[in-house]
Order: sequence, then structure tokens, then C-alpha cells
Amino acid sequence: MSMTITEKILAKAAGKKTIKAGELVNANIDIVMCHDVTTPPAISMLAKHGIDKVFDPEKIIVTPDHFQPAKDIKSAELHKRLDEWAKRQNIKHYYKLGRAGVCHALLPEQGHIRPGDCIVGGDSHTCTYGAFAAFSTGIGSTDLAAAIATGQLWFKVPASIKFVLNGSLPKGIYSKDVIIAVITRIGVDGALYKAMEFTGPALAKMSMEARMTITNMAIEAGAKNGVIGFDDVTKQYLDEHLKEKTDYTVYESDKDAEYESVEEFDCSKLEPMVALPHLPGNGVPIGQCAGKVMDQAYIGSCTNGRIEDLRIAAEIFKGKKVAIRTIVVPATPVIWKQAMDEGLFDIFYAAGCVVSAPTCGACLGGFMGILAQGEKCVSTTNRNFVGRMGHPKSEVYLASPATTAASAVEGKLTDPRKYM
Amino acid sequence: MSKAHVYKRDHINTDEIIPARYLNTDDRAELARHCLEDLDKDFVKKVKKGDCIVAGEDFGCGSSREHAVWAICGVGVQTVIAKTFARIFYRNAIDNGFYVIELPKQIDKISDGDELAIDFKAGLIKNETTGIDIKFAPLPDFALEIINDGGLLEHIKKGATD
Repeated sequence: MSMTITEKILAKAAGKKTIKAGELVNANIDIVMCHDVTTPPAISMLAKHGIDKVFDPEKIIVTPDHFQPAKDIKSAELHKRLDEWAKRQNIKHYYKLGRAGVCHALLPEQGHIRPGDCIVGGDSHTCTYGAFAAFSTGIGSTDLAAAIATGQLWFKVPASIKFVLNGSLPKGIYSKDVIIAVITRIGVDGALYKAMEFTGPALAKMSMEARMTITNMAIEAGAKNGVIGFDDVTKQYLDEHLKEKTDYTVYESDKDAEYESVEEFDCSKLEPMVALPHLPGNGVPIGQCAGKVMDQAYIGSCTNGRIEDLRIAAEIFKGKKVAIRTIVVPATPVIWKQAMDEGLFDIFYAAGCVVSAPTCGACLGGFMGILAQGEKCVSTTNRNFVGRMGHPKSEVYLASPATTAASAVEGKLTDPRKYM
Repeated sequence: MSKAHVYKRDHINTDEIIPARYLNTDDRAELARHCLEDLDKDFVKKVKKGDCIVAGEDFGCGSSREHAVWAICGVGVQTVIAKTFARIFYRNAIDNGFYVIELPKQIDKISDGDELAIDFKAGLIKNETTGIDIKFAPLPDFALEIINDGGLLEHIKKGATD
């Protein structure tokens, strides 16, 4: 029976030869990602049920990221609970402050994500890891507790929608523009409960960093997972990043696998996209919103806080000054150091930006850049819901690092191509 | 009897249900005090134990924060009735033993303030205000088992001792 890559990985995880969409399976989990907001409640639940063990201390990856360094007493208490538990359980890969980073940038960078794996994390953007030909999905705290204790979870096998990214990206257009355009076309629940499988010549030319931006936002279309097949780009990234376990199994969709639908995109015709408040699916080409005055620009997050993103922003900032508050947040300590070594911090400083420690920070309205009533922020993040980055009457405009940087320079939404 | 609090909008998201400024705690009583705060700041004043929330499509989209379910359960809401649910919220609800009702077509038969009598077993909502009966598809058996056991961890524990 022909299967999609999602079906094949879930079949492997469930110990079955074949499965099909709609089937319920109990899957073995290869990696469980834990952070500071959803894991402490899971730890408390386990304690309440008298469970003080983990299924495998080598398969649970722990990093505080949302509120780190602790923003207040309550978040410090969350970190303390996470820290005590991680130490007591001898969690092998526990990234403490100084090595901790935004989880979805950190795990691939540190070599924890391998093709063919079944991965869960207590965070909705766990779908990011699907860029590595893995099955990966976000879960809540109870599921997290169950996964931590048993190494298993039930799943309903999702039907797949195939997205064919044709053509090639014109100058000034990035994977962020592509995924905003995709979500705008199908809607923020256009892939509800489904797998979003991305393929096509435009995708083949993208780096792993750029691909992760695409799978990262699969949840913004309601998807269970986003997935991209394995190729030479994947292999090269893995060759450079896998540390201990360097073996993996590559699964690919059968030619005659069943898709619920196939969506074709001509990337050659794309414009820089901005998702207007208050949904990631409210995308418009920059031409329709240029000139809108902003109060803040934010470059960071699990969507666009990687080195490639910082380089794109720095290229635009070079020799210029920002007109509004501009916050740059390298997603991990490695990215932070890389940006410093490459001289990007000098460019950010000269332009008048501030560079923060790695954190999810203001992306989710945590801290380090909260918006006041009526303020508008152009941001490389993933959500622009009501109140997402601060006051319920503030507004977030989602864009690529290039569009965000160009908008920071002019203090209003700006087409980045004029600076290229 | 369950009073309906109707929010007709689609895509009511987890940031509106429980804003991130309260995610520095997992204390359910505290979370409950801020339930739906950025959607309707008066909700917690209006809601009474046993009431229900009625909404459009894709309820609970966004973050995986189970805090959204805890906040809603915490204020004593009996169930959420929505056209459709975002998948992580839906799963979190079941994991907590919290029965939510998917009602794709007949949501318009419930108006704000209507008194509802809900029979979860029969899959029937009696709108006592209008006299209209609304049928819904009960949750699948595996989800019912989790709910009947009181949540996923209770269910797993029971499975281990059975």
C-alpha cells in the first residue's frame, strides 16, 4: 500500500507495516522537547500521580526559553521546578542558561533532530522539526507528562495536503513570504488536523534554516505537522550538526501516495508579504500596506531568529539608522556568538538596535519588548493574535527579516527590495 | 441548566483565552481569574458554574498551552460548544477529562443567554429557551474512555493496573 512520509514515519513509530489516514495508533516517541512554560505543570501532574521517573533520560531534551532569563518571581519558580526535576531525572541534554535557547532553533542546531524520528514537544511550534523529514507535533502538558513517563502517545494519523512550491524565489523574497502566502491562501484552519507536506523546486533551493521557517508555521494553518522530504541540503546540515547518534532512516512519500489535495504555488511571482493583525492568514503583498507607521521592530523567535535571518537583517541595516525601537534576539547562544564573531552586532549597534539574550521573549508577549496600548510592531515572529505581544489593543505585523529590517529603517512598513 | 455565553467569532485563540502574561503560573484558580480576558474582560464576572461557551470555527487555535483548558475549567464552565476546534486544544480538553462539543452546522440555534440542558451520553442539547433540540455527534469511544477515567494520566494508570 502506498503511503505518505507522515504515514510511513507514524507506521514505523507504531510498529506497523502500513497505516492510513484516520487510523488511531499508539506511537513510540523518539524525542520529547521540554521548556519552561508547559513542562513544570507536567512535572506536577506526574508527581500527583506518583510517577517520579522518565521513560528515557537521553530522549528528553530540556531548555528553558520562554521566560529565560527569568523575568519575574513566578517564572523563576517555573525554572526552579524545571531545574530540580531535570537534575533529579539525570536528563542528559539539559541546556541551562548560557547554553539554553529558543527550543526549535536549539534542538536541530545541537543535533537532536533526525530524519524518520517521531518527535513531540510541549509547544505548538514543535512542527518545525518536520523540515528534517521527521514527524513532529506540538502537545499540551498532560500529553507531555504521558510522553515523559511512557515514551508513547496516541495519534490519529493525519491526511496529507501537498504543497508544491514551483519556480524560484525572486530577490528580496524569502521562505517567510512563502509560508505567509500559503496560510493566506488556505486560511488559518486550512490544514486543520492535517499534515502539510512541502515539496517543489523553490523549496529544493532553500537552506535548512529557510525550510524550518516554513514547517514552523504549519500550526498557523491548523496543521498537526509540517514535513519536508530528505535531500542533499538536509544531509549536509545533519553531517554538520549530528553529534552522538549519526544514523537515521530516510522515509519518503510514495509516488502514488494519497493526498487530500495538492496546492501549487508559483514562487517566482511572490511579493514580500505582510500578515496584518490579527491572524497569520491575513497576508497582503507589501504594496498594499507599505507606509503604515510602526512603533517597534522585532527580529527573532523560532520562526526567524537564526543566523541566516540575522545576516539578512544586518545587510539592510549596514550604514543606516533605525527610525523605531528595534530588538534583535539571536535564538540560541551559538547563533548569538556567530553573529558577534561575524560583526553583525557592530552593525546592529551602529544602526541603533538592541541585541538581547536568546529567549522567546516578546514573541509571545512574555517580556523584552512588550507593546503599549495602540502600538504597532513589525515582527519576524509567527503569530499576530489580539494581545500577542502586549496590550490587547496593540498590533503585530508579521514579515520576513528583510521586510522587518527595512521597515525598522523607515519607521513604517517598507518594501525591502529598495535596499538590495 | 447551562447558560450559553456566545462568541460568534471564528479562530478564538489561546492568547485570548489566557494571555501569555499569565503563563508564569500554572495555578488553576489564578488562571481562571483571567479566563477569556482579552476577548471579553467581563466574562469572569458574568460566568457561573455549569455555564457553557459557544463559539465559531477553530476554537482554541494557537499555542499548545493547556492553561487555556485549565482557565476555562477553572471558572466552572461545563463545556465549550464550537463549530470546530483547533487540534491541540481539543486534545488537551480530552486529556483533562473535559467534554467539548463539536457542532459544525447548528451553532446558530444557540443565542447568547439561552439556557441549555446537555445530555452528553445521548448527544443532545435541549435549548430550553427556544424549545429546540440539537443533536450532536458524541465523542469517539477512545476519547470517551479517557474522559470517563477522568483524564489521560488517570486513563494510563488504570490501563497499567487493569
